[in-house]
Amino acid sequence: MIAIVDYGAGNLISVKKALDWLGQECAITSALEDLVRASKIVLPGVGHFASTAALARLGLKGAIANAIEGGTPFLGICVGMQWMFERSQESPETSGLGLLHGECERFPASVKSPHVGWNQLEISSSSRLLRGVPSASFVYFTHSFRAPITETTVACCEYGGQFSAAVEREHVFGVQFHPEKSGTVGLKMLSNFCEL
Amino acid sequence: MSFEISRSNMLTKRIIACLDVDGGRVVKGVQFENLRDAGDPAELAQSHGESGADEIVLLDISAAHQQRATLLDTVRRSARQLFIPFTVGGGIRNLEDAAAVFSAGADKISINSAALADPTVITRIADRFGSQAVVVAIDAKRSGDGSHWEAFTYGGRAAAGRDAIVWAHEAEDRGAGEILLTSMDRDGTGIGFDCELTRAVADSVRIPVIASGGAGGAQHFVEVFREGHADAALAASIFHYGFSRLVDLKERIRSQGIPVRWPC
Repeated sequence: MIAIVDYGAGNLISVKKALDWLGQECAITSALEDLVRASKIVLPGVGHFASTAALARLGLKGAIANAIEGGTPFLGICVGMQWMFERSQESPETSGLGLLHGECERFPASVKSPHVGWNQLEISSSSRLLRGVPSASFVYFTHSFRAPITETTVACCEYGGQFSAAVEREHVFGVQFHPEKSGTVGLKMLSNFCEL
Repeated sequence: MSFEISRSNMLTKRIIACLDVDGGRVVKGVQFENLRDAGDPAELAQSHGESGADEIVLLDISAAHQQRATLLDTVRRSARQLFIPFTVGGGIRNLEDAAAVFSAGADKISINSAALADPTVITRIADRFGSQAVVVAIDAKRSGDGSHWEAFTYGGRAAAGRDAIVWAHEAEDRGAGEILLTSMDRDGTGIGFDCELTRAVADSVRIPVIASGGAGGAQHFVEVFREGHADAALAASIFHYGFSRLVDLKERIRSQGIPVRWPC
């Protein structure tokens, strides 16, 4: 069973709908035992970085860290990916998981923010998540803060400068865009994740 | 402020297909009247998605004035196999109405009359579901003396007593993630978007502005992106009656140097 982590922020239906369509057994849950049992974990996220504080409050942060430590494949989406980093300028008092180094930052004033719409991926490294996805594919973004480029970046995107669009380290994955809203390209990535 | 379309900034301009729904069927009127039947919303959402729409907007145009709940069943059926952004509007009065629409599979809700009546509803929905999920729709009409644009409510039936640009600004401050701006003067005419209105709003807010009302051909889209500074443009009837295939429309727009999602 794929656990879609519910921490009271935003709308998780779209992610579930996409996994259902791919024929995957999945559940929206905030139960710690579900995370222990899960074959894979998806952490969606929309809205404010501060909302991820609920993960620590509900004990989910530790459960996710343990599951990752134990080898459970993990996918963070949007704010869920940003949370994999140490922190975000959006809410300096909220700590991320710290699995990846760096801080998420605001877009420069030279571009409209939020960054909303379809933008292109520049795939820079071989990736299990992006297998079969051509570079320059369009995916759907909606976010006001962006993650830095690090050694784990497998795809970047250009909007007022380059930022991490997808990160990957062993069985841990993060995407800034919404694969569940990115048409067939996005479904391909989710399918890659499900097949790990 | 103004943001140029530049090559290095590859964010594309969105072409959004709009389904105006009444009684579970897609209809499209000319200037909000003379409604004609154009098909099943779920089928049309699917086919627009497959033919290159960057996003689908479903507006229950009968809902606001009849005080009727949004057609959740239509939303559910339409959302099931739709894996591009899906916005639903019409008759959403409060957080509970919005929550029901999100549960049925919408990614964003669009509010108009309810936000004008009580602007705090924008913040309440944004706090719970995120600003990216809240689109404030503004139906704007040029004032009698031509000096400004007025916001209208209840499907264009009543003037709200608000200047459209001032209202767009307030909506942004209160947490709206996008503005869906319809020119009532142009809606259904096919003579082109109101670029002047669109630019006035787009240049005064930082959030994306979706231009609506008046699309009749590819050139109109090019104009509203270039001259109107729109981030996205929406059209309904152009797609329903075979005036233009969406994929052909996007090719035409792209050939004029506007970045669009292609191939799609």
